[in-house]
Amino acid sequence: MVKTKQQKIKDFIINNGVIIVMFILVIYTGFTSKNFFTTNNFMNIFMNMSFRLVIALGIAGCVITAGCDLSAGRMIGFGGCIAGTLLQRMDYSGKFFPNMKPLNVFLVAIIVMLICAAFGLVTGFFIAYLSVPPFIATLAMMEIVYGINMIYTNATPLGGYVKEYTNVAGGKFLGINYLIWIAVLVAVITWFIFNMTRHGKYMYAIGGNAQAAEVAGVPVKLTLILIYMKAAAMYGLAGFMLGAKGGGASVALGLGYEMEAIAACTIGGVSVTGGRGKVSSALIGVAVFELLKTALQYLGMNPNAQYIAIGVVIFIAISLDIRKYVAKK
Amino acid sequence: MAEYKLELKGICKSFPGVKALDNVQLSLRPGTVHALMGENGAGKSTLMKCLFGIYKMDAGEIYLDGEKIEVNNPDEAMKHGIAMVHQELQPVPARSVAENLYLGRFPTKSIGPIKWIDHKTMYQETEKWLKEVKMDFDPKAQLGTLSIGQMQSVEIAKAVSQQAKVVIFDEPTSSLSDNEVEVLFRIMNDLREKGVTMVYISHKMDEIKRIADDITIMRDGTYVGTWPAADMTTDQIIAKMIGRELTNVYPDKVNSPGDVIMEVKNLSSIHTKSFQDVSFKLRKGEILGFGGLVGAQRTELMEGIFGIRGVASGEIYMHGKKIKIKHPIDAMNAGIGLITEDRRGNGIFGCLSIKDNVGISIYNKYLKAGFVLNHKRINGIVDENIKKLRIKTPSMKEHIANLSGGNQQKVIVSRWLANDPDVLIMDEPTRGIDVGAKHEIYEIMNELAKQGKAIIMISSEMSELLGMADRVYVMCNGKLTGEIQKPEDMTQAKVMSFATQF
Repeated sequence: MVKTKQQKIKDFIINNGVIIVMFILVIYTGFTSKNFFTTNNFMNIFMNMSFRLVIALGIAGCVITAGCDLSAGRMIGFGGCIAGTLLQRMDYSGKFFPNMKPLNVFLVAIIVMLICAAFGLVTGFFIAYLSVPPFIATLAMMEIVYGINMIYTNATPLGGYVKEYTNVAGGKFLGINYLIWIAVLVAVITWFIFNMTRHGKYMYAIGGNAQAAEVAGVPVKLTLILIYMKAAAMYGLAGFMLGAKGGGASVALGLGYEMEAIAACTIGGVSVTGGRGKVSSALIGVAVFELLKTALQYLGMNPNAQYIAIGVVIFIAISLDIRKYVAKK
Repeated sequence: MAEYKLELKGICKSFPGVKALDNVQLSLRPGTVHALMGENGAGKSTLMKCLFGIYKMDAGEIYLDGEKIEVNNPDEAMKHGIAMVHQELQPVPARSVAENLYLGRFPTKSIGPIKWIDHKTMYQETEKWLKEVKMDFDPKAQLGTLSIGQMQSVEIAKAVSQQAKVVIFDEPTSSLSDNEVEVLFRIMNDLREKGVTMVYISHKMDEIKRIADDITIMRDGTYVGTWPAADMTTDQIIAKMIGRELTNVYPDKVNSPGDVIMEVKNLSSIHTKSFQDVSFKLRKGEILGFGGLVGAQRTELMEGIFGIRGVASGEIYMHGKKIKIKHPIDAMNAGIGLITEDRRGNGIFGCLSIKDNVGISIYNKYLKAGFVLNHKRINGIVDENIKKLRIKTPSMKEHIANLSGGNQQKVIVSRWLANDPDVLIMDEPTRGIDVGAKHEIYEIMNELAKQGKAIIMISSEMSELLGMADRVYVMCNGKLTGEIQKPEDMTQAKVMSFATQF
C-alpha cells in the first residue's frame, strides 16, 4: 500500500507536531522581539539546557525500564551542597569547614557522583531485589536524601566558592561554556551506553518485557541497580553544575526538577510504558522546554501563566506521541 | 425469518502496509455453530473485531436478521445482541466474578439523583447466570483465583446474561485442559438448542469436526468458501487453508539418540502442589516429549530446571557433571535454552526490533574490547537466521509485534539458535501458529536433533507429541507417571492412561 503525499505530510505533522510548533514559536519570537536571535541569548539557553539534559538523561534510563525517579530533585540539591561545602574559599566568613582547604574541582565532581551513586545503589537494590515499585522506592529515597542534606548542611545556604568552581560555569573552551561541554560529553557517553553496550540493550529489553528479559538470560536485577546508580550519579553531577552556575547552593536546590525531567523525556518520545526512548528524545524534550520558557518570556507573558503553557504543551505533546502507538490498532 | 441470522458482505480492512481483509463474506445460519478457519494472519480475528466494532472496517455491510446494521463500537454490538469471548480474556482479575459480569452495567438503586450499586441483586443475578452455564462458584470470589477455563465460563455467562443472539468464540480452547473443553462444548450445545448462533475460531481440527455445523475458510485476508462441516475431511480443510495439499504433517523420524547429555534427579519444587521428585534422562540427538493434561506441572518443571522457578531439592547433571542453576544465566552457561509457552508474556519484546529480539541472548558474547557491541557480527548472525528460518519480514529492524505468530515464534527460535545450546527446551512450540509455520518448526527441530542437539518438547496436542517425539514422558499432577519408549507403544490411549494417574 502506497501512502499518498497528503497522508505522508499529515503523518509528518503528527509525528513532529511539538517540534514544528516550537520552531514556529521560536521564529515568531525572533522576528517580533529584539535580542532573541543573539549568540548571547542562545548561549544562555544552552547553559540552562546543560544541567537539565544531564538530569533528563539520567531519568530517561529509569523511564525506559518502565520506572521513574522522584529522588532526582533532592539528589541534585544534595550533590550541589556537598560540592559547595568542599569548594569554599578560605577567606569566606561563613565557611562550612573553616579549616579545610578547598579540594580539586575534578575530584569534588567525582566525589559528588560517587556519593549520589551510593544512594542510587540503595534505591536500585530495593527496586530490583525487594520488588518495591520504582515510584515508591524513589519517593522514599527522596525523603531520606533531603533529610540527610538538611542534617549535613544544617539547612544553611552555601556560598563563597573558589574561582575554579564558578569557572566551571563561566569559563569557556572554543567560545562555549564548560557547562555545555559537560552536557555534550554526558550525552555522548549516554548515547554510547544506550546503543553500543549490552547494558543499554538489556535496559531496553527490561523495559519492553521484564519477564522475557529474565528468561533470555538478562541479569535483570543487576542491570536495574546499575541504571539507578548511574542516574543518581548524573543527578549529583547536575547538582555540581547548578552550584557552579549559581555560585551557591541550598537544600532547596533542584526542587521539582525531577518532574520537569520526566516531562521532558516523555515530550521527546521516551515511553513511560517502557522500552522506547533515545538520547535525542531527552535532548528534544529539554530543548522544547527551555525554548518555550525563553520565548514566552520574550513575548512578555505573565511568568505565572507560563506554568499553564508548559502544562498545555505536555498534554498536547503526549497526546500526539501516544497516537503513534494507539493508532496502529 | 431471514435465511441467515447474521451476514457480513464485502468486508475490507487495511492496516498501514497490509490489506488484512479483502472483500470477505460470512453468513451464519440461525442456531448453528459456524467455524471460522484459516492460518494465523488469515484475518479471522480481524474480521471478528470488525463485526464487534473494535476495528472500523473500510468497506462492507453487516445484516442482522436481514436488516442492515451499523456497529461502531463494542457497546453497539452488544445492543444488537452480539457478544464476544476474547482470544485473550480481558477481565479484571482483582475484582469479583459478579463485578466482572456486570462491568459497565451494574444494577443500581437510587433515591432521587443519588445512585448506588445494588450488590444484592448483582450477586443473585450472577448466581443465576452462572447456573445457566452449569457453573457453581461463588459470585463474590475474586476472578483471579479461578482457572482460565472458569474465567471463560464467566465470560460466556456474561454473554448469556446480555441475551446475546450471536456469540463469537475466538480460540477459546487454546489454553483449556481437555476436561474444560468438554464443559465448554456442553455449554455451546446448550446455547445452540436455545437458538443462539455462534462463531467458533480454532486451529484444532478434531474440535471443529465435533462442534461445528458449517465451516468458512479464509486465506491471506480473502474468503475461500463455506461448506457444511460434515462434508469436509481434515485434510481437505488443511488443503483449503494453506492453498496446497500438505501430504505429511510431521516429518519422518530419522533421529538416532546417542549418549545421555542431561540428567535430572529427584527434582522437587518449593511448592508442594507443583512438580515433585521428578527424575529423567535426556540423550543427544533426541526429541524428548513431555505429555500430560494442562496443570500437570510440565511448564513449571522446565522453568524450574531453567532457574525461573524455585527448586527445593534435587540435582541436575549436564555431560555427567553436576550443575547448579539459580538463574537463567546459569542454565544458559550450562548449555540449556528455553522457549517459553507464553510467547507474549515472557517470550517476545513487542516494542523492540527483530534484531534486538534475537540479539538479547548473545549481546554478552559478541563484544569488542570487552564492552562495545560488535554490531556487524550480530547483524550477520541475525540475518543468517532470518534467511535460514525463512522469517517473513522486510528487515531486521522491523518491530516483532508487526509479525504473525508463526514468524514471532521463529524469531524466538532464532534467539536460541544464535546462542547455540546443547539442550533446547521447547514449551508448546507450535501453540497458536498456523499449519505452514508449524511444519517449518518441526523441520527445524529435526534438523537440530540431527546435529546432535537434544530437544525437550512439551506439547498438549496429542498428535504433535506422538508425531514428533522419539520418546515420551508423561506427567500428572506434578509427578512423572510414565515413560513411553517403543514406537509401537506411542498411542493416545497410553499417554492418556499415564496422564490421568492422579
